[in-house]
Amino acid sequence: MNLFYLKSARRLAFRLVISCLGSRNMAKTLYDKLWDSHLVQQRDDGTALIYIDRHLLHEVTSPQAFEGLRLAGRQPWRRDANLATPDHNVPTEPGERSAGVAGIRDPVSQLQVKTLDDNCQDFDIVEFHINDARQGIVHVIGPELGATLPGMTVVCGDSHTATHGALGALAQGIGTSEVEHVLVTQCLIQTKMKNMLIRINGELLPGVTAKDAVLAVIGKIGTAGGAGHAIEFGGEVIRSLSMEGRMTVCNMAIEAGARVGMVAVDETTLEYVKGRTYAPTGAGWDAAVAAWKNLHSDPGAHFDTVVELQGQDIKPQVTWGTSPEMVLPVDARVPDPATIEDPTRRDATARALQYMGLEAGMPLVEIRPQKVFIGSCTNSRIEDLRAAAAVVKGKKVAASVNQALVVPGSGAVKQQAEAEGLDQIFIAAGMEWREPGCSMCLAMNADKLGPGEHCASTSNRNFEGRQGFGGRTHLVSPAMAAAAAVAGHFVDVREWEFEA
Amino acid sequence: MKSFTVETGIVAPMDRANVDTDMIIPKQFLKSIKRSGFGPNLFDELRYQDEGQPGQDCSQRPLKPDFPLNQARYQGASVLLTRKNFGCGSSREHAPWALDDYGFRCVIAPSFADIFYNNCFKNGLLPIVLEEAQVEILFQQMTAAEGYQLTIDLEQQKIIRPDGVEIGFSVESFHRHCLLHGLDDIGLTLEHADAIRSFEQRWRAQSPWLFDVIQ
Ligand code: SF4
Repeated sequence: MNLFYLKSARRLAFRLVISCLGSRNMAKTLYDKLWDSHLVQQRDDGTALIYIDRHLLHEVTSPQAFEGLRLAGRQPWRRDANLATPDHNVPTEPGERSAGVAGIRDPVSQLQVKTLDDNCQDFDIVEFHINDARQGIVHVIGPELGATLPGMTVVCGDSHTATHGALGALAQGIGTSEVEHVLVTQCLIQTKMKNMLIRINGELLPGVTAKDAVLAVIGKIGTAGGAGHAIEFGGEVIRSLSMEGRMTVCNMAIEAGARVGMVAVDETTLEYVKGRTYAPTGAGWDAAVAAWKNLHSDPGAHFDTVVELQGQDIKPQVTWGTSPEMVLPVDARVPDPATIEDPTRRDATARALQYMGLEAGMPLVEIRPQKVFIGSCTNSRIEDLRAAAAVVKGKKVAASVNQALVVPGSGAVKQQAEAEGLDQIFIAAGMEWREPGCSMCLAMNADKLGPGEHCASTSNRNFEGRQGFGGRTHLVSPAMAAAAAVAGHFVDVREWEFEA
Repeated sequence: MKSFTVETGIVAPMDRANVDTDMIIPKQFLKSIKRSGFGPNLFDELRYQDEGQPGQDCSQRPLKPDFPLNQARYQGASVLLTRKNFGCGSSREHAPWALDDYGFRCVIAPSFADIFYNNCFKNGLLPIVLEEAQVEILFQQMTAAEGYQLTIDLEQQKIIRPDGVEIGFSVESFHRHCLLHGLDDIGLTLEHADAIRSFEQRWRAQSPWLFDVIQ
């Protein structure tokens, strides 16, 4: 009797341990699920082979990879997993653009775009050419066409590939050697990253956007804060964002140091994906949706790091320095290096102020940009253009602003904006309406800042020289950039008077 | 790929945190369709007074005298000593290409950006993570002694200082293996082609919508 009791107690205890372990193993994060479902091979040394569903290519990081294939006599593993488009180098000025590749004035840029065309032809890879209506910034066209889907692994030789994570995909930027590796093997060699959850609770107040939220996150955790982690963005603020807003947030995961940014799949995701050109249809759609419904972190899943922010605390943000973490609310003042104790940060702040030509203690609203750039894979989608147009409607760009560029992220965005008359609003305000591409985000084409010029930019990097030699970038949301264009200095867009 | 076993070389400083890839190699040089020739444009905006153009002869350009790589004592350096989060920003492999082309074989920092770190190993460049305090000592020793050299032994995973002190470091065994033997990882992965194929078959049956052809 006693013995029986003991035995069954032991068995019960054993079962409890097993079930605890079991449930701990069962509760997975979104990243765990995406990783597990694509795991081809786990090796003893900690590395793994991960299968890649979609590979996006552009002209800048692919030529050396194709050259590698040629030299080794190799062929792509699966041609139909690849999709290419030129975006970084293409001219956006309509006159120069209209003549296609042959019309690109800079011969070095022209050769690079032509090389992409040649490589895609030689290796039989689908490419949306320079003046194809489907061309655009890789990270805009992928989701827009349904070429990137929930549950996919997505890679591209570009660090902003995390953008596609907004769909509930495992998307990450890779280097050129990895581009070659993926082309040839359809796999990536990786070590699993840690899990990080960034939860933004509550709600964003009127005038505060996804861009402000992600800048606030970077301000909080720093540009190395997410290093070694895959970030999942969650919380009420993220849940209530549109897909476009979620893409803006995931896009800048890399500015927080993380290769991967993700948002769980929900009704907003499904509604967005449904009906896209390459999205599944009919029975395929139903099967896909059934699988996608599981693309969220399970209750109780373990995150190595959790960061929380309150949506209500976030104000419109402006960067004042040369790193995205050098960011403050628009009503703040430029920091004073003298008050910073840590010597590395003090030096960095002083150096940034010198480069940016700013005085310590000066209010951010007194900074006067000479140029304004609305575009890039962070903020060139239709919603971004609508937000900017609402601000400039019926108003004029300030005389002190030399140039205000509006560059749609893709041919489809451009068409949609024109159908809504947004282009006319921009043009009437004295802004330039351009052809799709990366443009002044990194200034590989003719769109750039001159030395010393300040720019209100909706892009993602304010590094020294990023938008042109000696240029001074201030990262802001589309509404904030548009308001700065009209006012001639930064303003708190929450106080903006909109025209009906 | 070049192998890396033991390397002894002069140490040059890049005394700032968050050195981004735009700083390592500015965008105008990314227009090249080659893998080589980026060395003269490494740290272009910090190194020269004028704005560099691709294809230009850099030997005639005005230098910024304060920049370490322009100083006599750091000529021929093959080890770069720097601060945290080195290589942040874009995924451009042109950054390790430029460091390699200049002559660097090793970068020592308290931390690296993920993509850059990974890209280094594909190009025979060894990124070493050391604690901030260790990096600080190296900075001090290097500043004090002209011609300061370090020996880096990848097999043993240690750095040997001129004063004989050895500092251990660690590198993931896969990366170490590839670097020690100069292995091309594509060839290694292709040895597992059967595993990839069988995964693919199963995955295609399970999620056929992921295999719809784009045209
Ligand atoms: S828009 Fe800017 S950040 Fe985005 S892919 Fe183009 S260059 Fe990179």
